[in-house]
Amino acid sequence: MNGRTSYQHIQTWLLAGFGIICCPSPSAAHLVTTGMGPVYDGIGHLLLTPEDLVPVLAIALYAGLRGAGAGRKAMFLLPFAWFVGGLAGSAVNTATSFPIPALSFLILGGLVAADFCLPSAAVTSLAIVLGGVHGFLNGAALQEGAGTLGLIGIMAMLFVLVALASALVVSLKRPWERIAVRVAGSWVAAIGLLMFGWAMR
Amino acid sequence: MSISTLAALILLLPSYAFAHVELGQATGFVTGLQHPWSGLDHVLAMIAVGLWGAQLGNPAMWILPVTFPIVMSMGAMMGLLGILLPGIEIGIALSAILLGAMVVGEFRPKMIVAALLVGFFAIFHGHAHGTELPAGQSGLLYSMGFVIATGCLHAIGIAIGLIKRWPAGKLALRGAGGFIAFMGVTFLWRALA
Repeated sequence: MNGRTSYQHIQTWLLAGFGIICCPSPSAAHLVTTGMGPVYDGIGHLLLTPEDLVPVLAIALYAGLRGAGAGRKAMFLLPFAWFVGGLAGSAVNTATSFPIPALSFLILGGLVAADFCLPSAAVTSLAIVLGGVHGFLNGAALQEGAGTLGLIGIMAMLFVLVALASALVVSLKRPWERIAVRVAGSWVAAIGLLMFGWAMR
Repeated sequence: MSISTLAALILLLPSYAFAHVELGQATGFVTGLQHPWSGLDHVLAMIAVGLWGAQLGNPAMWILPVTFPIVMSMGAMMGLLGILLPGIEIGIALSAILLGAMVVGEFRPKMIVAALLVGFFAIFHGHAHGTELPAGQSGLLYSMGFVIATGCLHAIGIAIGLIKRWPAGKLALRGAGGFIAFMGVTFLWRALA
């Protein structure tokens, strides 16, 4: 009797399952359907644009060198400033011939290389200025592309990158590990100098 | 020859797809990464910086490799701006001779003197090599590749230099310096010929 009841249960469930399969709804698994495409465009834009990616990593390394507090502030304020700058940039159609990314490479790379002891407020201000300026340039560039959703993607990626990179540096305890970070900073500064050269050529 | 064999042979002759925008971006990075390794003069001088840094110990071990790429970029910037530098090849050869000699003699000047010496020669290396970007490639990515490769050469020098911990290693390190100085003399000979 028990065996027969459980068999009937299985049969009922199978029929119900079959009925559900016969009534499909759109899976909404693709970017076109979900409308998430521009968000991924923004994420991709940041990851594939060294002019933006390297200064972001440099500020994250510098904030990490200055301690967990500075890292936390940069983690929240940089994406926010980038977004606000991006919105401003998308409203204004502008183009600049001055190599701003080169300046970011040079200043931030120099600060990391020198392990320069700026106060926490100055580190926060640097993150805000970097976010505002690069966000402004991004906003102008994404005007006819990913738009505001693209900026949200960039923001999300910024948060992740700054969180990971600054947390990594904060966790470094051995002296040579912190020196390795400073060496990376010197490379960023050197690339910045070369960028100035290419821009002025 | 059958058509299928011919088709298979054609497949063995691929060319660039030209399917992407900003062509040359990736090759710019790879070109920059390869460039420092293509000239023995540059390779030996970079390794000599690392060897000398390791021999001097902290903080020279990291100050010298940090000084070099930054000043090298200044030299490259001079080249990009069209500022001429006389005797570039002679300067590069002298860099190998003097840096090699420093390792051979285990010279221990003041930190500032060592940094100035390394920085002085970095200008010649940057001027000669930093501006050699092939047409159509990204300047930024070339620069990134170039600086990273130079840094890796310093790191190789430092890693080799750590053999100084052992008496035989100390001797071998001085021998390596001697080899670099000797190669520098051959570079100088070629530059003056």
